[in-house]
Amino acid sequence: MSVNTQDHHTTAREPVPGSPPGGRARSGSSPRGRTPLWNWRTAQSVKGASLTFPFLAGFALFVLVPVGMALRESVYTTKSTGGLGFGGQTVSFAGLDNFAAGLVDGSFWTGMLRVFLYALVVVPLTQVLSLALALLLDAARRRAAARFRIALLLPYMVPGVVGTMVWIFQYSPTVGPLTPFFEIFGLDVNFFSSSMVWVSMGNLAVWGSLGFTMLILYGALQSVPHEIFEAARLDGASELRIAWSIKVPFVRASLVLTSLLSIIGTLQLFDQPLLFRAVTPETITRDFTPAMMIYDQAFKVGNLNYATALSVILALVVGVASAIIYRFINREEP
Amino acid sequence: MSDTTLVPDAAAVGETARKPGRRRRRADEYSSVAEARGASRWVVLGVLVALALYAVGPLWWLLVAVTKNQRELYTTNGLWFSQFNLWQNLGDLFTYQDGIFSRWLWNTVVYAGLGSLGLTLVALAAGYGIAKYRYRGRGLTMGLIIASFLIPGSLMVVPSFILFVNLGLYDTIWAMILPGMFGSFSVYLAKVYAEGAVPTELMEAARIDGAGEYRIFFSMGLRLLSTAGATIFLLHFVASWNTFMWPLVFLKGAEKWPVMLGMYSWLQRGTDSTVDLTSLVLTGSLISTIPMVVLMIAMQRYWRSGVTLGSLK
Repeated sequence: MSVNTQDHHTTAREPVPGSPPGGRARSGSSPRGRTPLWNWRTAQSVKGASLTFPFLAGFALFVLVPVGMALRESVYTTKSTGGLGFGGQTVSFAGLDNFAAGLVDGSFWTGMLRVFLYALVVVPLTQVLSLALALLLDAARRRAAARFRIALLLPYMVPGVVGTMVWIFQYSPTVGPLTPFFEIFGLDVNFFSSSMVWVSMGNLAVWGSLGFTMLILYGALQSVPHEIFEAARLDGASELRIAWSIKVPFVRASLVLTSLLSIIGTLQLFDQPLLFRAVTPETITRDFTPAMMIYDQAFKVGNLNYATALSVILALVVGVASAIIYRFINREEP
Repeated sequence: MSDTTLVPDAAAVGETARKPGRRRRRADEYSSVAEARGASRWVVLGVLVALALYAVGPLWWLLVAVTKNQRELYTTNGLWFSQFNLWQNLGDLFTYQDGIFSRWLWNTVVYAGLGSLGLTLVALAAGYGIAKYRYRGRGLTMGLIIASFLIPGSLMVVPSFILFVNLGLYDTIWAMILPGMFGSFSVYLAKVYAEGAVPTELMEAARIDGAGEYRIFFSMGLRLLSTAGATIFLLHFVASWNTFMWPLVFLKGAEKWPVMLGMYSWLQRGTDSTVDLTSLVLTGSLISTIPMVVLMIAMQRYWRSGVTLGSLK
């Protein structure tokens, strides 16, 4: 094969009229013949590579170009020249001004702090509950586990928007069953007040992601070799001890993954608060979360340059947060 | 160690012989654990029941709520049925604003269907190409795919908006269909499947029989990758059915909206001069959820394999 490649190079570099006969003479001297095999293999791998071209073209247009545009747009600034939008627009290079403005933008970082604190509670809570659930399912009889699994997975199958709306109605003081329920205990709970709205959204987040996280962890538990349990039991370990010392370390990699997915989603929180805003605009302001502020800046205020700069900052924060969490959880590897 | 494993293994052989199942070995073990510890078994069951109720409760409420008329919705117990008014609610839902809800449902089906079909073809071809051929640039392609996993979705929205306005795709159905067709995670899934499901020997045999590379892919590769295809199609179909932010940004006219955005607009409006939209939102929620639940329960095998594969990456 390597010899053939060599031959090809020689012919390619000598575009002399005399070379084709020379090549043929050489191929005649070796019984296998070089040209057909080499061309056939090249054509084959070129065709194979060409199967990825539709993807690469679309990927370049719809992923790489927007990422490039994000970086480009964020260093420009657009101003309308005429009054009332009748004049044209001037685009001028702004350097890092948009980023500088974004880094000291109070409402953007307030929103960031909100989602951070929210994530700090909701993500571990979801992970711990899901892990407990997966361990319980693992301890239940197989047939019962299958039934519970479907019930627990139902919220995951419900579209996120519908799930949010259903919970908004649960919280609603007029149609929801929760307000009368808490009244039994003499509690007057307003789920949309500024202090309660986090609990309301957190509960919704846990409800929506519990099943999915549980499924991944449960799947990981199924791959633990059962001989280990037998050995541990013979050594006198209790079921709780087995769960904590054998099963949990085994699903650590899955825990890292689900935590990461969860934190990435939470920092970019958008759909849920926007739906909540539809019913309680006083509590959920238009810049409540970073993603909502980006949306507001881009499509309500119309400042696309600033919005892209904020998007880049948010992407960096998400990246750094994921890296820190990844390191943090992986460091405790036994 | 070997002694202790011998006994359950022997039992497992008997189990497998009786009931062909994938994990009979472990099933045997479960029952022994659960039955040996009666009290803790009830605790396990109790907690599971409580959490299952928590998961299903709000959906039960929704199911009950859509059978009630407007007045009963506000006055009767939310967790149990009253007069059966479902057909009336469905009639209202599909006739309100000249039946725009069915229009939204149709849009959703079109966007999700065409987008998923396109993605499945593109991703299977690319994944198969990467898995089964060696060529220069292959490593770079894989690098791009892996790197793109790190791009958060919210980074893409605003620049995509600028791009689509420039391309004339803004406020067209293509803004909903095209961008989703080039998902790198699907290519990754297809590549992993293709490595296991398409034997190189089979491809060589087809070549000797004189089939060209494209012919091999379309008549053999695609068939061998049908499981991967179903998984990719299903995962994207569901994601695209549920998507909310993208149509919110890219579609202006209500007649182009998918169902989730349409229901958001009703929720936002709250009440109309003639109709209280609460009932419509609830009925619409149920109607747009049923296809997803049916699809996901029916095709559990596919999306669960996709999800588990995702967790291995």
